[in-house]
Amino acid sequence: MKLSKYLKVYKKFLHTSLASELEYKTNILVDLITAILSLVGSIFLLSIFFQNNGYIGGWKFEQALIIQAIYTILNGITNTWFNPNLTEIVKHIREGTLDFVLLKPIDSQFFISLKKINPSGFLEILLGFLLLFFCIRINQINLSLSFLTLSSITISCSICILYSLWFFISTTTIWFVKTWNAIEVLRSFLYIGRFPLNSFSFSLRIFFSVFIPIAFITTIPSEVFLGISVLWKILLEVIVATIFLITSRKFWLFAIKFYSSASS
Amino acid sequence: MVQNIIDVRNLSKSFDISSKEPGLKGTIKHFFRRQTKSFKVIKDISFEIKEGEIVGFLGANGAGKTTILKMLCGLIYPSEGSVLVSGYLPFRRKEKFLKNITLIMGQKQQLIWDLPPIESFYLNASIYDLDKFEAKKRIKKLSEMLEIDEELFIPVRKLSLGQRMKSELLAALIHEPNILFLDEPTLGLDINAQRNLRKFLQKYNKETNATICLTSHYMKDITSLCKRVICVHEGAISYDGKLDLLLKKLSPVKEILIVCRSEEDAIKLENSGFTVKNKIKNEITIKIENNSITSSLKTILNNFDIEDLFINEPPIDETIGKVLIKKKYDI
Repeated sequence: MKLSKYLKVYKKFLHTSLASELEYKTNILVDLITAILSLVGSIFLLSIFFQNNGYIGGWKFEQALIIQAIYTILNGITNTWFNPNLTEIVKHIREGTLDFVLLKPIDSQFFISLKKINPSGFLEILLGFLLLFFCIRINQINLSLSFLTLSSITISCSICILYSLWFFISTTTIWFVKTWNAIEVLRSFLYIGRFPLNSFSFSLRIFFSVFIPIAFITTIPSEVFLGISVLWKILLEVIVATIFLITSRKFWLFAIKFYSSASS
Repeated sequence: MVQNIIDVRNLSKSFDISSKEPGLKGTIKHFFRRQTKSFKVIKDISFEIKEGEIVGFLGANGAGKTTILKMLCGLIYPSEGSVLVSGYLPFRRKEKFLKNITLIMGQKQQLIWDLPPIESFYLNASIYDLDKFEAKKRIKKLSEMLEIDEELFIPVRKLSLGQRMKSELLAALIHEPNILFLDEPTLGLDINAQRNLRKFLQKYNKETNATICLTSHYMKDITSLCKRVICVHEGAISYDGKLDLLLKKLSPVKEILIVCRSEEDAIKLENSGFTVKNKIKNEITIKIENNSITSSLKTILNNFDIEDLFINEPPIDETIGKVLIKKKYDI
């Protein structure tokens, strides 16, 4: 795999998808407004939960806001890369246009995972980071090198887990053809990631940690930010992310052997 | 000696396809207990294609032509048998193999819908490792051959079907492949656009000695491009050979309409031993075998007072149609 070629192709992906999106100015404007309103709404909802009792699952409102910030960043990444590309896999398989992808001398997973971007998702990522910096201030978090390293590792792992889960579901389209509903279920579970894991019952905590590791995605990076994380949890997240990433890759390579293309 | 570039041996492909009974009961049954059957869509086929050949795959809808093309380019794994294309096993999709082939489908498109085709060309160029200078040179050359210019800078969604197809071709050929797989490339195009596309393919084949495998339901595509045809009937090969031999075999006689100067001449001609189809006043239609046309016409022109004559070729669609419903055609 030639890295320089992949960087060159990715530059072209960025250029063409930005140019495609900018063809529709109103759509971009609506998306930007939606991103702002969605964040405001989420913070408002969170503040209602904390109105009567200052704590949920042992977390203060200011601390829970960190989870919201990480959720907003991840949701921004989802809307920028995962949503436009991974939902397209279903379309590629149903309509048989995956043929063109598979016949290109480039890694097919790279192609279908990164070909498009939705620029309005960038605003969400930016808003998420702004909220995160605000949380760092109000929670008086000390920005040390170890803190920055650990938070970068855990957030990167969260992105990998999220991507792998989504990619895994989209890949099953090769057999089941329509998997929109499964992706919607995954997105609904993601909303749950806005709340601290401790605020759920024991059985739900197990479910969201083991079966659908949504909890890993937001809670562990947030714990790093608050300095309450333990090393084994971070290591566990790294292991889970690595397993998920490798499995999604192997699963894709296995699945395309069963691709029968659409009839003409 | 010209080498074989495609070698197919005892190739078969089976698909599991589910079927559903009609009505609500059938739908519920289908939802809970889906019954699938294995269908052998390609049955033990073998053939070779030489470098530079243009081969037409003929067959009715669902005969298996597209499945064969997709196995040749490596999109579908064969169930049995072997395929070698340019020395590679296609389904392994090695980079060198993929740089050597292209697939063009008349009913599917790879161009970016909202952008001008030129953007898709440069994207493909980067995927095929071409630098900007080389890409520009190839785009210029191919656009001249395809006679497109301003269309390159207009968003794809605003182009006509013909302009879009030309752009699709350019996008698919920017890496100068040696083997072209074309699945109904002229589908939906008007007569002029079809003719231009055929002209381009002929020129491309002549200039680059590329091998072309083509499926089309338009017989004009087949007759003007392919010397050799492979007829597919229910997944098996019913004929593999020269197109003109097949046509001669299928329509061994030609009908000739002769307009005589007088009705007496027409009567004389009617009684002279030719097979007469019909006679109306001074016009007479006779049937002559292909191999004796020249001598028969000489006899007629020397012995009868002829005002005009017309040789009627049987409609090619009708002739080829006979092949599509037959299991085996031996010449």
